Amino acid sequence: MPTLTRWFLKAALLYLLFALVAGVLLVSSVSKFITGFFPAYFHMLTFGWLTQLIFGVAFWMFPKYSIAKSRGHEWLGWATFILLNTGLLLRIIFEPLNAIAPSLMNSWALIASAILQWLSGFSFVLNTWVRIKER
Amino acid sequence: MPRLSVYFVRASLIHALLGFTVGGLLLANKGVMFSPTLWSLLPLHIEFAFIGWMAQFAMGVAFWILQRFSRGSPRGNEKLVWAAFALLNTGILLVVIQSLFGVNGFALSGRIMELLGLAAFAAGNWRRIKPLEDKPRS
Repeated sequence: MPTLTRWFLKAALLYLLFALVAGVLLVSSVSKFITGFFPAYFHMLTFGWLTQLIFGVAFWMFPKYSIAKSRGHEWLGWATFILLNTGLLLRIIFEPLNAIAPSLMNSWALIASAILQWLSGFSFVLNTWVRIKER
Repeated sequence: MPRLSVYFVRASLIHALLGFTVGGLLLANKGVMFSPTLWSLLPLHIEFAFIGWMAQFAMGVAFWILQRFSRGSPRGNEKLVWAAFALLNTGILLVVIQSLFGVNGFALSGRIMELLGLAAFAAGNWRRIKPLEDKPRS
């Protein structure tokens, strides 16, 4: 298993763990202190866990791009990993904060999060598209 | 990777990009509100992300890696799975058209097509979910 896939899978498992902890908190007595956290919880499951798991396994298992670059442009894979996790972490921190106390910093952090997450999807598609080959 | 998986996975990547784009716009709009009506695109984000991206990607990869048959067509009834691909993507398109343009009845027809697509996929691959076949001893 390539190093990048191990990072993707371990990060995915951590997000699943965090999401399940958040799930407990959201139905407990502390839920009133974390208003606005539900979208972040939901995206930890769908983006941090499921999508990241797919990204990691696809990078590992998809057909080789070429003999020299079997997994395509590996730097794009690393960019995907960094963009996804930075973008999602920004969302997890600043989306609930923005719901409680809107501020210019929180607003721009959400925009940065949106751009980073979109770029992570774009770089994944770019690197994976060329590896989808009929045999 | 068989041709049908190539179609499924490429279509799923297009849906992923569409889903990420709509999702990104929704999140950015939470930061700095540039369109009060943008929130109405949430059903599109969900449709692209869950059905178009995740479900379709899983179907494409499953068709590729599930067990093959040693006799007859190795991946079973491929016509059913081609039908699944067509039904699923036409269904998503119809749901999107209703969400964007408010054409009544399209979402219902689209969801029924998605359901039939999944049924066709399951019917086409059900028998491929089986234990490994024993290789004949020489």
